[in-house]
Amino acid sequence: MEVDMKPRIKAPATAAAGEVVEIKTLISHPMESGQRKDIAGKIVPRKIINKFTCTYNGRDVISIRLEPAISANPYIAFYLKVMESGTLEFTWLDDDGSAYKAQHTIAAS
Amino acid sequence: MKRRAVCVAIRVAGITLAGCILASATWAAPPGLDRYISGDKKSGYVFATPETRDMMDDDFNNPAFLWVEKGEALWSKAEGTAGKSCASCHGDAKTSMRGVGAAYPKYDATLKKMVDIEQRINVCRVANMKAPAFKWESDELLGITAYVKLQSRGMPVAVKIDGPAAPFFEKGKAFYFERRGLQDIACSHCHVDNAGRMIRAELLSQGQTNGFPTYRLKAQRIVSVQRRFAGCNEEIRAEPYPLGSDEYVNLELYVAWRGNGLPVETPSVRK
Amino acid sequence: MATRHRAAGTVGRRRLIGLAAAGAGLLALGWPRGEARADQAEAKALLDKLTRNGQAKAGKVTLQLPEIAENGNTVPLTVSVESPMTDADRVKTITVVAEANPSPLVTQISLGPAAGKAEVQLRIRLAATQHVTAVAEMSDGSLWTDTQEVKVTIGGCGG
Repeated sequence: MEVDMKPRIKAPATAAAGEVVEIKTLISHPMESGQRKDIAGKIVPRKIINKFTCTYNGRDVISIRLEPAISANPYIAFYLKVMESGTLEFTWLDDDGSAYKAQHTIAAS
Repeated sequence: MKRRAVCVAIRVAGITLAGCILASATWAAPPGLDRYISGDKKSGYVFATPETRDMMDDDFNNPAFLWVEKGEALWSKAEGTAGKSCASCHGDAKTSMRGVGAAYPKYDATLKKMVDIEQRINVCRVANMKAPAFKWESDELLGITAYVKLQSRGMPVAVKIDGPAAPFFEKGKAFYFERRGLQDIACSHCHVDNAGRMIRAELLSQGQTNGFPTYRLKAQRIVSVQRRFAGCNEEIRAEPYPLGSDEYVNLELYVAWRGNGLPVETPSVRK
Repeated sequence: MATRHRAAGTVGRRRLIGLAAAGAGLLALGWPRGEARADQAEAKALLDKLTRNGQAKAGKVTLQLPEIAENGNTVPLTVSVESPMTDADRVKTITVVAEANPSPLVTQISLGPAAGKAEVQLRIRLAATQHVTAVAEMSDGSLWTDTQEVKVTIGGCGG
């Protein structure tokens, strides 16, 4: 992830209980595939976000294994079923072990 | 003997390229995009595929906004020995920068030449904030440029080419029509003579700059006009000029003028 | 008129034009490059494993990709699977494979109990014109699949 560029989340602030809502995420990351060569002809080492997970009040929404075929600045959109008010927890895991996190709360009516 | 074969091969590559342009079906702008057309002028938006236009139509889907947010944060950040931020003098960018992005490049009376918006931002940083200039193509400079130009989004491009800008406009125009590189092509050959036609498997646009800095699908990052000029020159096997050189800034004035009347689309998404 | 003798090792101009045109034409069709084609064996092995040797049925899965990718580095993809997504009847995983990529596995998606719909959008990289396949495994163990071809072109000036 680029320093100073926070992950972006688009999700509703409120929803009806039982409603299915779309969640969109975007994070800044070069997703270096490990297939490119630098000017000297050496392979640029792989460094990608290899996993994305989202939970809602601790329950799994989605877990995605990402490979070098995912474009830079990964955009991931998916759907949540809002059963009650709660907090979405997003985690992006980097090859180098770093974990980038974000949260979003939804009030269910 | 070998040199002659190389010269022939290069000329043949040029002929093949020309052949590939001529042998193509007629392209027409898709309906419903009048907002992006001004007379004969067509924004790059019109030449893009529906999927690329989709990425641009929603500010969340558009990855360029990662840089815009960075620029927005930098706008209010005090840097340099004068202890000022952009906001200290310019206040809320939404009001103070409205229309600014649409009018650059502009003539700078102190430097006695044209400056583009990236250069103007750095002039401000160095002279007024007493902060170091941002490097070309740095995330910071791209971010602030995109953020500033965003405040003119939807307004027509309106660069001035009269008065002190006139001689520089003529230089930019001469550059645009001058052949260069191993492929011996001028900007006009693709973007004037063959806009709307295919070059191999790619659709040629008019090469408008109303959407820059733009998120390029190929580079998977945001890119400035100056960088795009260098890239285009590299692709026709011409030695690129440095970013911010007089040649490229004069060219930027001419190319911006070609798009006068088109809406500012910064930050756009292009291939 | 004296005959022009071609020096050994040089290619005549007419032949060169023919070769260049043929080459340009093939490249325009998105002819996969050497390395890409070799990996289709890997893709086939992966798909055999995912479909338990061809047990996946066409249907339920819809893979949406552009017919022509404006640039192979960023290709929008939507994969959706028809399913009530109840505890008893749901989609467990969706796997996407690009047959001609240097590394064919694109992504593997696991849907949890809080998932609302079996639909995900991503942006992917495709190395050349090829078929992209999605395989979905349901909670009852059944496998479903869809395939789309995407034409990936080389830019006009090699860019």
